[in-house]
Amino acid sequence: MSAAEILVPGKAGEGEALVLTAPISFWGGVDPKTGRIADVRHPQHGEVISGRVLFLPGTIGSSSASAVLMELVHNGRAPAALVLHEPDAILLLGLIVAREMGWETPMAVRLERGLFETYRGSGIKVDGDGVVTVA
Amino acid sequence: MSLALSPEQQAIAAGKDGAGMAMRIVAESARLLGAPRLIPIASAHIDGALYHGDSGTLFAERLVEDGARVAVRSTLNVGALDLMGCSRIRLQEPQRGMARRMMEAYRRLGCEQSWTCAPYQAGHRPAQGSDVAWGESNAVVFCNSVLGARTNRYGDFLDIACAITGQAPDYGLHRPENRRARLMFDVSDLPLSFLATEIAWPVLGSLYGREVGNAVGVVSGIANHPGEDALKAFGAAAASSGAVGLFHIAGVTPEAPDAETILAGPEPEAVIHVTPQMVAKARAGLSTAAATKAIDAVAIGSPHLSDAEFSMLERLIAGRRLAVPIYACTGRHVLASLEQDGRRKALETSGVVIVADTCVVVTPIMPDLDGGVLMTNSGKFAHYAPGNTGYAVLYASLADCVESAVVGKPRFTDIAA
Repeated sequence: MSAAEILVPGKAGEGEALVLTAPISFWGGVDPKTGRIADVRHPQHGEVISGRVLFLPGTIGSSSASAVLMELVHNGRAPAALVLHEPDAILLLGLIVAREMGWETPMAVRLERGLFETYRGSGIKVDGDGVVTVA
Repeated sequence: MSLALSPEQQAIAAGKDGAGMAMRIVAESARLLGAPRLIPIASAHIDGALYHGDSGTLFAERLVEDGARVAVRSTLNVGALDLMGCSRIRLQEPQRGMARRMMEAYRRLGCEQSWTCAPYQAGHRPAQGSDVAWGESNAVVFCNSVLGARTNRYGDFLDIACAITGQAPDYGLHRPENRRARLMFDVSDLPLSFLATEIAWPVLGSLYGREVGNAVGVVSGIANHPGEDALKAFGAAAASSGAVGLFHIAGVTPEAPDAETILAGPEPEAVIHVTPQMVAKARAGLSTAAATKAIDAVAIGSPHLSDAEFSMLERLIAGRRLAVPIYACTGRHVLASLEQDGRRKALETSGVVIVADTCVVVTPIMPDLDGGVLMTNSGKFAHYAPGNTGYAVLYASLADCVESAVVGKPRFTDIAA
């Protein structure tokens, strides 16, 4: 169990952990309709981020990442929760704007990157206070 | 340090109208970035009007319904449609209708219908030292580096929110101490004959972006100002291969009269000595197509072509008929000049497809072709075309692009380095 800092508040979530091993560009890297990782060069290419607790080692590339994350929220294909090791203002803007639109968004929390691996393969729960537990 | 808002900013943020929503978005971003305050901006360039999905259209329309309007001069980057009707866009309904609604919403927010990724060549040139909020990576890097105005890389939604509030988070490249160079990119070992070529700039830009990532560097070893279109090509390539928001060129760009003035310390933290081998490798890396006997199209104009670049294109085509089309992407600011003296008609008769308001990598224009090969002189097109269009790319100078389009086969004459 880890108490994480809440970056963007949202709905508590539960899902299988998806720990990315390389940074990703959401624009061009994640299909906004299906949530599938479309970047053929990414090690987790083909995995689906929808409904998973997504552990992100960082984002790269286009500043339209926010648009892709908001589109995932709007399509009901967002991750169950996002876990980052540092705040990413461009990506998280997608959640901030979706909240302003009145759409239900997942939580985004901050956790030490070294802890990511301990959650690999488990079912994960992120509660409303930002506490991350193995379900 | 946590974010402090003025009583006036707090009052706006508490509002139920569009201005309130925009202020909350700016303030929340500032909080995430660790900015201590918001600062006023002089202008904005909005990259958020390109359709990625319905949610972006609904957001822009919500701002319109709630009475928001931009508070500062705001130009628009490309959209997904050619509103000038120069080229045929293959975007289908219902996406087409949503893309049109999105463009209309941004117009109603008070943005100028510039529809170009080169606003700095369409009369939008903020003063050196002024704070602005610009989106679109090539426009950001040009604005910071060549104009000396100050902007971060503003993402979708934050750009329009800053334009409505007239405020931006105070962090990053808005702060003078973060604009100083830590790395040096020394090109003095390269032959002058190479540095004088057109392809030197996009190729060096591509190499520069990969070498420096998101750091600020200064290029040394350039004797003469290469011209604005060359700096445009350098920045666009650098911002595609790396996260470059600001570069300096000693003796050329406004904040770097010489390297010493702009370096953060007495010595650079690292010096990248550029060799002809590195250049040759960077150039080869811009092409993805294997040896090929034929090409299917040429695409130029990323960033959008200037009037001077069209003049060069006309000289190189010299009235000949093209075997494969040249897609020439530009902004409407250049169209008026092209309409004079039958220039546009002559180009189109040769087989040039003029694309206005948008470009071939952001919306479907070129036919879907299995194994299609595209030739380009743009480092940015070379970077994005394979993923966004499915075409493999061959990189070449404009002269070689034109000769190849005339015969429909790749022709290379330019020296590598």
